[in-house]
Amino acid sequence: MSAPLLRVENLRTYFHTAEGVVRAVDGVSFTLGPGETLGIVGESGCGKTVACLSILRLIDPPGRIEPDSRISLRDRDLTAASEGEMRSVRGNEISMIFQEPMTSLNPVWTIGDQIAEALRTHRSARPAEARRRAAEMLRLVGIPNPEQRLDEYPHQFSGGMRQRAMIAMALACDPSVLIADEPTTALDVTIQAEILDLLARLQEQLGMGLIFVSHDLGIIAQIADRVIVMYAGQVVESGTADELFGRPRHPYSEGLLRATPRVGRRMRRLSVIPGSVASPKRWPPGCRFHPRCPYAWSRCREDVPPLPGEARASRCWLEEEPARRTGGWDELALAEDH
Amino acid sequence: MASDIDRRASAERSAAGTTHGPLVLVEGLVKHFPIRTGLLGREAGRVHAVDGVSFEIQRGETLALVGESGCGKTTTGRLLLWLLEPTAGRVVFDGQDVSSFDRLGLRAFRRRAQIIFQDPFGSLNPRMTVGSVLREVLQVHGIARRGTAERQISELLDAVGLHADDASKYPHEFSGGQRQRIGIARALAVQPEFVVADEPVSALDVSVQAQVLNLLVDLQRRFSLTYLFITHDLSVVRQIADRVAVMYLGRVVELRDCEALFQGPLHPYTQALLSAVPDPEAGTDRQRIALSGEVASPANPPPGCPFHPRCPHPGKDETCSCVVPPLRALNGGAQAACHKI
Repeated sequence: MSAPLLRVENLRTYFHTAEGVVRAVDGVSFTLGPGETLGIVGESGCGKTVACLSILRLIDPPGRIEPDSRISLRDRDLTAASEGEMRSVRGNEISMIFQEPMTSLNPVWTIGDQIAEALRTHRSARPAEARRRAAEMLRLVGIPNPEQRLDEYPHQFSGGMRQRAMIAMALACDPSVLIADEPTTALDVTIQAEILDLLARLQEQLGMGLIFVSHDLGIIAQIADRVIVMYAGQVVESGTADELFGRPRHPYSEGLLRATPRVGRRMRRLSVIPGSVASPKRWPPGCRFHPRCPYAWSRCREDVPPLPGEARASRCWLEEEPARRTGGWDELALAEDH
Repeated sequence: MASDIDRRASAERSAAGTTHGPLVLVEGLVKHFPIRTGLLGREAGRVHAVDGVSFEIQRGETLALVGESGCGKTTTGRLLLWLLEPTAGRVVFDGQDVSSFDRLGLRAFRRRAQIIFQDPFGSLNPRMTVGSVLREVLQVHGIARRGTAERQISELLDAVGLHADDASKYPHEFSGGQRQRIGIARALAVQPEFVVADEPVSALDVSVQAQVLNLLVDLQRRFSLTYLFITHDLSVVRQIADRVAVMYLGRVVELRDCEALFQGPLHPYTQALLSAVPDPEAGTDRQRIALSGEVASPANPPPGCPFHPRCPHPGKDETCSCVVPPLRALNGGAQAACHKI
């Protein structure tokens, strides 16, 4: 494997509020190689968005990236970089696209001006040159009549076209890392399919590393090479997409897969993960998933399980005591039936 | 456990209306919204939200209404409940034309037909405790008998998997899934026969979504409910629907038994829609039917088949762009609106 492009080590982002410390991201590590797609999957409040914003250091007080967190882009330590240096990283070397394109685009600027801005800031491009490149970017993301559409405003674009424009803007400076945070969640499923195809094609063409964040396991299975599953601010399982979807090891990943309705078949009854997602204000002690876990025993309630290794790992005591993997979700489903 | 609400539900069921024929029947339903512009609000055009929709819902069944945003599925749901009045067409509930109801008739109708909304955050008054939300419903409809309201409320909360103590809490004290349970309890408080569930699980996390879907299935069995389940999510539809109506630009393009539709979709739009749904089991090697272009605006629908500008069917021709295909009955009880089937 080639040297990682982006390396995140022990990332902790805490929010120091009047009511206490919210440990939104609590010791997350992963790497991203060039041309690779890393899927980050998890439910609301698991810390996936805060982790992405932390990479770009877009965390405002009371939020703070805690000491000893390390984010390196190639050999540069971004946690130690000055604000000026970070400005030259954002939108240039690392770009991000968001869920809702309408709120991330400026309504009073034309699409062309917004794409050109990045080029003029980061590349000191002349206006004519920036405009030419902006049109080229719109063509790249499959927007017809790019020269004409450059002069239109965001409200004149449909939802799918806006997300394409966002992608064009993010890619204008040829970033080496693209972070896509739920980029298709607000879109219809046929449009979503087009955007996913587009992202996969562009990534192959441009060779960038892609971090794709989603709550949708189906999308992650389709687009990612490697996957990390997050729960309660931590990575609970990591592996290749095939490993994770074929043989999930962590009870949470296992439960999530079983609870996901499949378009491909009718399930007799959906399997359920009891309870609700833990609140970041107070994570449970021991293993953070133990209150909802069908395997949990005394050790899980007291001791925090480690995540051994990075490539293929599960943060679970079952890794050390595999004999305890009995009953589990099947037994829970049976109990619910009666 | 046969509680008070079960007994009353079945007693009212046998007292009310006829018991044969479909519970809900809609015929040629049309809803146009005027687009007004300028100071005087002149009508500049019309949004064709629903453009001639007909179907039946049998007692005790779940009909899923699926489609992408702007296809008119939510408007159709509101028309069925007479929360909106149609521009044309009629809604027949248990053999009676809803347009013929006077004020009292409409109030009685509202006790029999209820709605569950998508957003469990926006649809509950943050200043009312759960108990007072439910008590209000019981009082407005004159269901709460003196002294029994509290018991009814705790039975309702129990039916949706909440605790009787939860009655004294406020909505913000609950998670999204629990709030949706409160929304369901509120709809069930009047012991309806028919429930329109408009994207009831779309705002929920996957692990919680399954709980709420299972609850809806259990409640349907327990209270003999008939559901119109509105959603954009086909993977959810397959788990809970008996029949499915697929909408596109204000029209039903395919209507048939759920499993048959998933195993062999007939309409080119249904085929493309199904192929676009990501499935963690299928991985990367699924064949997707790519659609070109975007959904036309319902303010300016294309002539002919509403789907023709995006239709990938190889036999697409002149007829498709000129003549609106009617929803036709085909073999095996299927219905589809396509010239090429």
